[in-house]
Amino acid sequence: MKKKLALLLVAGMTMASVIGCGGNSAETTAPAADTTTDEAEAPAADTAADTADTADTADAATDEAEAPAASGELIKVGIINNDPNESSYRTANDADLKATFCEENGYDASFAYSLKNEEQINAAQQFIQDGVDYLLLSAADTSGWDSVLQDAQANGVRVILFDRTIDADPSLYEASIVSDMRAEGDKAVEWMKSQNLDEYNIIHIQGVMGSAAQIGRSDALTETAAAEGWNIVMEQTANWNAEEAQQIVQSVIDSGESFNVIYAENDNMAQGAVAALDSAGITHGVDGDVKIIGFDTNKFALEELLAGNWNYDGQCNPFQSSYINDIIKTLESGGTISEKTIIMDEKGFDAETITQEDVDTYGI
Amino acid sequence: MQNHKSGFSAFLGKLVRQQYFIPLTALVLLALFNLIADPAFFKISITTNSAGNAVLSGTPITILDYGSELAILAIGMTLVTSASKGQDISVGAAVAIAGSFILRMLCGGDSSSGTLHMPIICAFLLGCVVAMLFGAFNGVLVAFFKIQPMIATLILYTAGRSIAAWFNNNELPIIKDATFSYIGGFIPGIPIPTPFFIAVLCMVIITLVLRFTNLRLYTEAVGINENSARLNGLNPSAIKILSFVILGLCVAVVGLIKVSRVSSINYSVIAKDIEMDAILAVALGGNSLSGGKFNMATSVMGAYIIQFLTQTLYKYKVPSEALPAYKAVVVILLVVMSAPTVREYFSNLMKKIKVKEAA
Amino acid sequence: MILEKQEVDLGVSEDIVLKMRNIHKRFPGVYALQGVDFTLRRGEIHALMGENGAGKSTLIKVLTGVYTKDEGEISIEGKTVAIHSPQQAQNAGISTVYQEITLCPNLSVAENMYIGRTAGIRQNWKKVNADADKILQSLDIPAKATQQLSSCSIAVQQMVAIARAVDMDCKVLILDEPTSSLDEQEVAKLFKLMRDLKARGVGIIFVTHFLDQVYEVCDRITVMRDGQLVGEYVIEDLPRVQLVSKMLGKELNDMDDISGEYQTYERKEGEAPVFEAQGLASDSGIKPFDFHINKGEVNGFTGLLGSGRSECVRAIFGADRVTHGSVKMNGKPVKITKPIDAMRNGIAYLPEDRKVDGIVGDLSVRDNLILAAQVLKGFMKPFSKAEANKFADEYIKLLSIKTASADTPIKSLSGGNQQKVIVARWLLTHPEYLILDEPTRGIDVGTKTDIQKLVLKLASEGMSVTFISSELDEMLRTCSRLVVMRDLNVVGELTGADMNQSKVMSTIAGGEKKNAES
Repeated sequence: MKKKLALLLVAGMTMASVIGCGGNSAETTAPAADTTTDEAEAPAADTAADTADTADTADAATDEAEAPAASGELIKVGIINNDPNESSYRTANDADLKATFCEENGYDASFAYSLKNEEQINAAQQFIQDGVDYLLLSAADTSGWDSVLQDAQANGVRVILFDRTIDADPSLYEASIVSDMRAEGDKAVEWMKSQNLDEYNIIHIQGVMGSAAQIGRSDALTETAAAEGWNIVMEQTANWNAEEAQQIVQSVIDSGESFNVIYAENDNMAQGAVAALDSAGITHGVDGDVKIIGFDTNKFALEELLAGNWNYDGQCNPFQSSYINDIIKTLESGGTISEKTIIMDEKGFDAETITQEDVDTYGI
Repeated sequence: MQNHKSGFSAFLGKLVRQQYFIPLTALVLLALFNLIADPAFFKISITTNSAGNAVLSGTPITILDYGSELAILAIGMTLVTSASKGQDISVGAAVAIAGSFILRMLCGGDSSSGTLHMPIICAFLLGCVVAMLFGAFNGVLVAFFKIQPMIATLILYTAGRSIAAWFNNNELPIIKDATFSYIGGFIPGIPIPTPFFIAVLCMVIITLVLRFTNLRLYTEAVGINENSARLNGLNPSAIKILSFVILGLCVAVVGLIKVSRVSSINYSVIAKDIEMDAILAVALGGNSLSGGKFNMATSVMGAYIIQFLTQTLYKYKVPSEALPAYKAVVVILLVVMSAPTVREYFSNLMKKIKVKEAA
Repeated sequence: MILEKQEVDLGVSEDIVLKMRNIHKRFPGVYALQGVDFTLRRGEIHALMGENGAGKSTLIKVLTGVYTKDEGEISIEGKTVAIHSPQQAQNAGISTVYQEITLCPNLSVAENMYIGRTAGIRQNWKKVNADADKILQSLDIPAKATQQLSSCSIAVQQMVAIARAVDMDCKVLILDEPTSSLDEQEVAKLFKLMRDLKARGVGIIFVTHFLDQVYEVCDRITVMRDGQLVGEYVIEDLPRVQLVSKMLGKELNDMDDISGEYQTYERKEGEAPVFEAQGLASDSGIKPFDFHINKGEVNGFTGLLGSGRSECVRAIFGADRVTHGSVKMNGKPVKITKPIDAMRNGIAYLPEDRKVDGIVGDLSVRDNLILAAQVLKGFMKPFSKAEANKFADEYIKLLSIKTASADTPIKSLSGGNQQKVIVARWLLTHPEYLILDEPTRGIDVGTKTDIQKLVLKLASEGMSVTFISSELDEMLRTCSRLVVMRDLNVVGELTGADMNQSKVMSTIAGGEKKNAES
């Protein structure tokens, strides 16, 4: 028995080492030329898709790809982001950054991931010590960044914020590329208003309390509801979690209170809410009794819209890299940034008008 | 004479010392509170779900439904606590791993196909194997490397969700097959939620196992006195690993239910913090968190009580910001009640009452 | 009266560094020190000897401030001192080096020597290191001040601990079993250091189980027994056998009283021993030994505390990791590496420490009773409730175990009854060979006799029993053969007419007595 186990172990280890070797040899033998062209094209295509309306950004990216070949000098960037496993938004965001900030585009990028502010600050200090040219930051927490950003400034490291803002003097960073969560919420609430329902009985499922997305999206609803006299049947946090959202909606169904709108602050929670409706036989979507609103344009969510099961989904654009790339380009060529805070274009999709093309383009 | 009276207080005194005392009291208090505040809390009605089946609906059903996952985990956690004198804090991450793996098996790497690539039962059994392997990993760290269980399982707690995401290349597979949703919902024609059936099945199995094997005796002996257990021919390491493997099995079952509920997964939040609730269920069941003797039934009761509490808080629309605080207060009350000193005080009080009655 | 209060000439009073007079200490249920006197002179090495429960560790703890005495007086260099905490003891000039190193392994040698008495953060470490090196050199300790302590051998670490004590200007140095984890050369080095310190005028109290070491290095011996002082002796005046007799509380000339009462055993021709071991040794430190036991025989391991008698039986049962040797059961070679192997071969073992290794405290009497038999029967085959109850009732009656019910947790029983449950546990496995390690320690007299009678009865029914007890009487009454141990070695085997106290004690003592067979 023991011998068998040992044999298995040895076999496993040999396998692992073979695979390990295989991986290495593949890397070394891969023709360098191929990779360069592949990767150089990829971001260009990406950016074109992401910001469909601006043709020149796509050009800029292509220029960018050719530029370093001439100068031969890579721009060192340190990128501090949240854990890519946190959500599909983050996964898409990280993939987008990785595609843009690669060697082929003239960047020497290092990545650090953490959901904790202190760990992010440590990583920032490390990057400053390593002498990066740019520090790209998606902060876990809004506060606590002043001193490290002052260090950055003192060491000539330029800071660009993306995705999330921080409570620090704007002079400490070059630009901040953010989604306006409040605007996302306002857009969704505006859409709700446009539906002209006879009455509004809303279940409001919130994200993790205190997060920027929760605050922006909650405030939009709360304020409009007060102004319009909408009835909030239930307001509770499900911590971005589908099963918790399911339980919350279930508890409203159990209590017998009537409702006709579910405003879930992300797609996962909307998904959980819908699961609860299904098991209680309550119809939802375009032809249903309950309107479903979600956020973040996950692919599955847009498909639900397309199928008419949900009604509205607000975008939270994860593709900031082309914006950042533009800014770095401008700064490197000696230009100045006119607007510190750049708010990204974000869309809202209605089940009545969404197309398959939208799903493919914007689904993350 | 006052015989019946002192008999009653003797009975009360005995009750206080019973392991059932804490969970029962908690249950009765919660039930009384809800009964007085709003009897509709207990209303059960029959509705038709979107698949056209008649199903039971109402808060008690919801409690049985959502409490079941916790109850299943409490079974495994009770064994781990007893044998290893510590707790596994990686169960939430392990649920993510098991759930992700089951989805990966079902969708066969094509995250949006929605068709099943293998029978659900096969995917589940493979998920069980994976979850048990991860359980064994924790067990080996605890048994052979003598690492404190909480520290040993910290590894998987930290890495588990990334592993879960890696199984599916960080994509979100969605299963569109209707039968898959039966597991976390209702089987057509049966008006009771399937998770409750699964939990009952798990309870029956563990009861049979405890009845027809020496799992209880061995686990308790190792948890109480490892030296003595070894000198009586037991292998303490094997028994500790066994307890972690059984917990792994529970984790796989819960993973299946969780991913079936919404036919998908969110790696970072699925079963988040469920380990704390599972540990709390064990504590609420009056089991010592430092190992040794255990009572499976009270642990399971503890799990449903936690769900009862959650539903009560939802019912009374406790604001989101205050939710954790309310839970904490209730938890503190319950845990303090289970503290030996407090129980001692109560049983002394009972004795005093008895003396007064006798006088 | 077993006590022999011997007046010793205490010498010139200024030579006396430590004097403890009429020390009393009571614990709930135990009168640990009953008016003990102890005197230590400048520049002497003084052995403190006694068997289990003699009170020597309590006396040390009173001296070092771990316990506070109930009555009595302690004076250092003629001045009465109050010692209520280890800090006060240290201030009074009393330092202790324990068997387990209590230094910090990841600090440097110098840091360890000065920890807790440095000048805060303004410490000049250069000077400290230089000072430390000076002391280490003067004491001839092979360590450097800046070296990390854990990189030194255990012996050197112990010497560093001693150096620390010496540097704190200690007048009284207590060495509590310093040699138990050292090899011979290391012991020799330690003794050299002790003699150096002695020459410097330090008074050393040396606690050890090893007789040879006492006679090698000590000047005086104080013997304690049952919380009382037996006497203080100059080493030359106390032959080993006398020392052993004083420790065990047996007068050498009492022997005749019980001679002729010994058990005899006749082995049947052609019958292989039930158990036979050759060159058996374990990682506990015992030297390889040969051993056998025949069917229906009762034999025993005897020796002073720490002589290795428990380690021998633990090796037989596979309780410690066996490193050498071969084992046969009934003439057939078997492999015993862990307890379950021994159990499957029909060996049962009642461990020495009932609380730590024996009982499973929170479990019921019934569960404790069936545990070993249940493990033998298998995981998938639990005894039915009825069976378990039958066994419990049967043995509770058979051994007259006093318990409220079979459901009572074993920890709420008295020591004697707990022990009976453990005995019952092993009887239930119907062993061929039963090992009882100190079954009678800490239990009432009635139960003791019960257990002795039980052993003889079992043997008459054909069971082989190895019986270990600190009480020589008990061993002599029950065993027909005694294996004698000293300092982790088997030094002799006694049977028949040799089974008397003087012979046993002289064998234990060894040394100048030549008639010890081995």
